Amino acid sequence: MSDVPAPAPAPTPGLVRRHHWIVRLTHWATVVLLAGMIASGLQIYEAYARFGNRDGPYFPSPFNDAQFPAWSRLGGWLAGALNWHFALMWPLVACGLLYLSYLVASGEWRALVFRPRDLRGAIEMQKYYLGLRKEHPRQGKHNPLQKLAYTFIVVLGVLAVLTGLAIYKPVQFGWLTWLFGGFQAARYWHFWAVWIFIGFTAVHVALVFLVDPASLRAMLTGWYRGRFPSHD
Amino acid sequence: MLHEIDRRAFVKVGLAAGAGALVAACGWDGGNTIRPDLLAVSRLNDWVGEKILFSPSRLARTYSPAERSRSLPSYFISATTPMLKDPRLWRLRVDGLVQRPLELSIEELMRMPRVTYTVKHHCVEGWSGIATWHGAPVSAVVERCVPLATARYIEFVSFDAGYSNGWDWASALHPQTILAYGMNDNPIPAAHGAPLRLYSPIKLGYKLTKYLVSMTFTDRRPGGYWEDQGYPWFAGL
Repeated sequence: MSDVPAPAPAPTPGLVRRHHWIVRLTHWATVVLLAGMIASGLQIYEAYARFGNRDGPYFPSPFNDAQFPAWSRLGGWLAGALNWHFALMWPLVACGLLYLSYLVASGEWRALVFRPRDLRGAIEMQKYYLGLRKEHPRQGKHNPLQKLAYTFIVVLGVLAVLTGLAIYKPVQFGWLTWLFGGFQAARYWHFWAVWIFIGFTAVHVALVFLVDPASLRAMLTGWYRGRFPSHD
Repeated sequence: MLHEIDRRAFVKVGLAAGAGALVAACGWDGGNTIRPDLLAVSRLNDWVGEKILFSPSRLARTYSPAERSRSLPSYFISATTPMLKDPRLWRLRVDGLVQRPLELSIEELMRMPRVTYTVKHHCVEGWSGIATWHGAPVSAVVERCVPLATARYIEFVSFDAGYSNGWDWASALHPQTILAYGMNDNPIPAAHGAPLRLYSPIKLGYKLTKYLVSMTFTDRRPGGYWEDQGYPWFAGL
């Protein structure tokens, strides 16, 4: 009986290691860099606030000829905004690549990437959120809806970079510009990425505080003590 | 212990968010401390654009004349449309680091190999439009004037209040870079740079000097009207 080894004492009960420092660093750096990219982008947009060749037809957009408030713009004028945009793009892309490399190298992508087998779980989660199911479904690090959201936002990030390249160098990356439907179409999608990012961020922040506030501390310190301690 | 980490992390994120908010505040242009760094990165981007991304043989897509835009906006920096008093006296001066300086009339330029293409014009503001251009390739003039081995840039100067642009060698010699005397099957209108302008679908519009008077070969990177005010120098598409 006495030769049963005592379990190693847990450092603090319920506390789990959740986010590697690379994830935390790239997460918060992206917040700041993306804010700068969006603010300089809105200043750039002001120079020609519509989409389509000069004499039309124009793409449908609620922001045709819109001027965004001064506090939301960065760069002061077109040249300044361009220089901000083309400076911040380097650390932003570097952050994205570092994050994706970490996901692949650590195998963490398994907890994050939405796969067809997550579909059933996603439906169960949706039922729970709609009140059609009482119990919160069991989950690992992320529930299937989170996986769907985080996979989507990574794809959106890649698309934002590619549409950006397509309008930055439409001759050298002519195939990419063509793939997005031409220069003005690529410009259009590049602009829409902004609103999807902003919408995602609003929902993301709301859910952190409404569903799992402990996850904010996990993204800051790396340690998590909350409702969903399992890490698959 | 954990609270300590917590607090430190919070302070860090708070600082970062504060900096972000400050940066976004009031259409800030970078200020005197950051602006030189932004311009330094812009020079790095020029280098990447010219030395890594630019292909001297890759051609911009061409369109059919039926796809032309109904009109193409134009601008000049003078108060009124720049016009020559006597167009017959006009010559394009080719000088600088060359063995044979030249003075070319429009007729002489028209006797050189003629390039015609219908391409998309990209303005730095974000608009674009399609037009047809007719002219002599810059490379044909380069062949005639025999540049010295030290020549690395060409400066294009206009009679529009001294508007000018500096071009890198490879972009100037690109097969689609031309000295255009025609637009949409007609002589270039005054609004678009008569009697001669630089045209190329591989650069943003502000690099395409209108109302040309001279092209000068140099070994030092020439500035330009917008470039000196902070716009990207290379501006290659």
